[in-house]
Amino acid sequence: MYFLRRLVFAIPLVLVVSAIAFFLMHIAPGGPFDRERAPASPEIERNLLAKYHLDEPVWKQYLRYLYGLAHGDFGPSLKYRDHSVSDIIAQGLPVSMTLGTLAFCFAMGIGLPIGFFAAARRGGWEDYLGNAFAILAVCIPGLVIAPLLILIVSIKLKLLPVGLWVSPACAIMPMVALGLFFSGKIARLFREGMLSAMQSEFVMAARSKGLGETELLIRHALRIAILPVVSYAGPMLADLLTGSFVVENIFQIPGLGVFLVNASENLDYTMVVGLALLYAVLLIGLNVFVDLAYTLLDPRVKYE
Amino acid sequence: MSEPNLEHASPGRRAWMRFKRNRSALISAWYLAALLIAVVAWPLLLNVAPAHFAQLHDPDRVSDSQFVAPDARHWFGTDIHGRDLFSRVLYGAQISLMVGAFGTLVSLVIGVLWGAIAGYAGGRTDSVMMRIVDVLYSQPSIIFVIVLVTTLGGLIKRAHFVEQSATLGGMVRIALLFVALGAISWLSMARIVRGQVLTLRTRQFVEASRALGARPRWILARHVIPNTFGVVITYLALTMPAIILYESFLSYLGLGVEPPMASWGSLIAEGVGQINPVRIYWWLIIFPGATLVITLLALNFIGDGLRDAWDVKGRP
Repeated sequence: MYFLRRLVFAIPLVLVVSAIAFFLMHIAPGGPFDRERAPASPEIERNLLAKYHLDEPVWKQYLRYLYGLAHGDFGPSLKYRDHSVSDIIAQGLPVSMTLGTLAFCFAMGIGLPIGFFAAARRGGWEDYLGNAFAILAVCIPGLVIAPLLILIVSIKLKLLPVGLWVSPACAIMPMVALGLFFSGKIARLFREGMLSAMQSEFVMAARSKGLGETELLIRHALRIAILPVVSYAGPMLADLLTGSFVVENIFQIPGLGVFLVNASENLDYTMVVGLALLYAVLLIGLNVFVDLAYTLLDPRVKYE
Repeated sequence: MSEPNLEHASPGRRAWMRFKRNRSALISAWYLAALLIAVVAWPLLLNVAPAHFAQLHDPDRVSDSQFVAPDARHWFGTDIHGRDLFSRVLYGAQISLMVGAFGTLVSLVIGVLWGAIAGYAGGRTDSVMMRIVDVLYSQPSIIFVIVLVTTLGGLIKRAHFVEQSATLGGMVRIALLFVALGAISWLSMARIVRGQVLTLRTRQFVEASRALGARPRWILARHVIPNTFGVVITYLALTMPAIILYESFLSYLGLGVEPPMASWGSLIAEGVGQINPVRIYWWLIIFPGATLVITLLALNFIGDGLRDAWDVKGRP
């Protein structure tokens, strides 16, 4: 089974990712406890290091880490002493996932119709408007649109909350700020997909049968035209992550991105490695899912 | 379309003629040229200008006039330390454009070599090399840049030479930034170049050269790589905005350039830091943000213009 094999292949990849992240964090100078008040005595510092096994050689720490991972334990956070990395993931992941899913739906919900109408009315004003939207959206990053939204919608018009993550209304602006970029990309890809699908032979054959133009577009062209969008979904998920770091930061949303950025500033090794691993595993899984969707949509593609 | 005078022109010349007819691309090219000139000339101008003017616009000079709205003296207003925002945006442009340009160069070298070798070698080598690209495509590579920049950035800060010269330390940090960003942005380039090389190697002039006894290295350097020029330059123009965007993300998060240096991302971050419910300092966000957006637009238009001019098909 092709997809099972891909999942199995992902295991060495995850090992490599974790090893690189782990060793990179360890060549960084200074320990995670450097920024605190100076430890009362060398003994206390030694005990602290021993408690987190930081006095052992790096390879031994890595093996210990892998052993913990195999048991579903990401280890303790070195910064948030009372919490383990798993706790923080359990806390932040649902928030980040919700935001990511909302932005994904927003991007699809805006991008697909715009791409569709632009292609259906090729050369008309809908087409120009759609193209203008697409190129503008790709050039206005979240870190520009988010502060503007806050200034205009929240502070000037007082319509929506400025930030945080306490009510559904809080999610609207982050969703738009994160999703806008991708809606432009999707609109563009879908328009191109539609145009090339409409020129393909099977659509011409259907047209010569006397099918109406609307039915032609929706029943035949759509299924092929969506394919470039589906294959873009993989890289898009990775970029969605990058964007969410910034958007979470601006709107003070307690998602994983904020934790990752803080952790890497605080040299919280276990946290950074754990989150990097989590992201890698998530993306590999989602990409297998995307491939699966691709085969279901395009009968021409077969994985042996 | 009849283009009698273009029939005998070289491919490069024909592409240039087509590019010149694309108005949005041409305007964008002029904008970028103007921005570049302003970025280079403004510091020189401040050096020779009367002391009063130079002091008013010194991007690093702290003054009492904080949060001045844009007026005739401060065209873009001033920030929390009373520094002239116009100068700071231009100094930020220096860093943003530099990281963008050099990062693109790094991605160019890796991408073209990787793609050309994979495409020319073919067979096993090709499939392994392209499989690696596929895997990397869906990785959260920006996380590695973050980890790399924090760890190596920490090492740099403690290095001996940095303690002697802060400017040098800043430069090394910027170099680290564009190498890391270039190192994650070469994937589309490699794919496109490989595709191009695959079709090129079956072309007759390449086969003729091989029949005449040319070695692979000669064929790659003389026939294959020069013929990928069109796609390569198109993808350069499309990679650069992506790298500028990444850089502004990182600098926004405080992981990119460090004060007193500034880039568009860190300037926007300063503006966001001043958001409060009482007073709106819109210019702190609008001006750096608009410069960033317009530059990204210009680069995208140029990329599209080049794509049409060279008739490049396919997307990453």
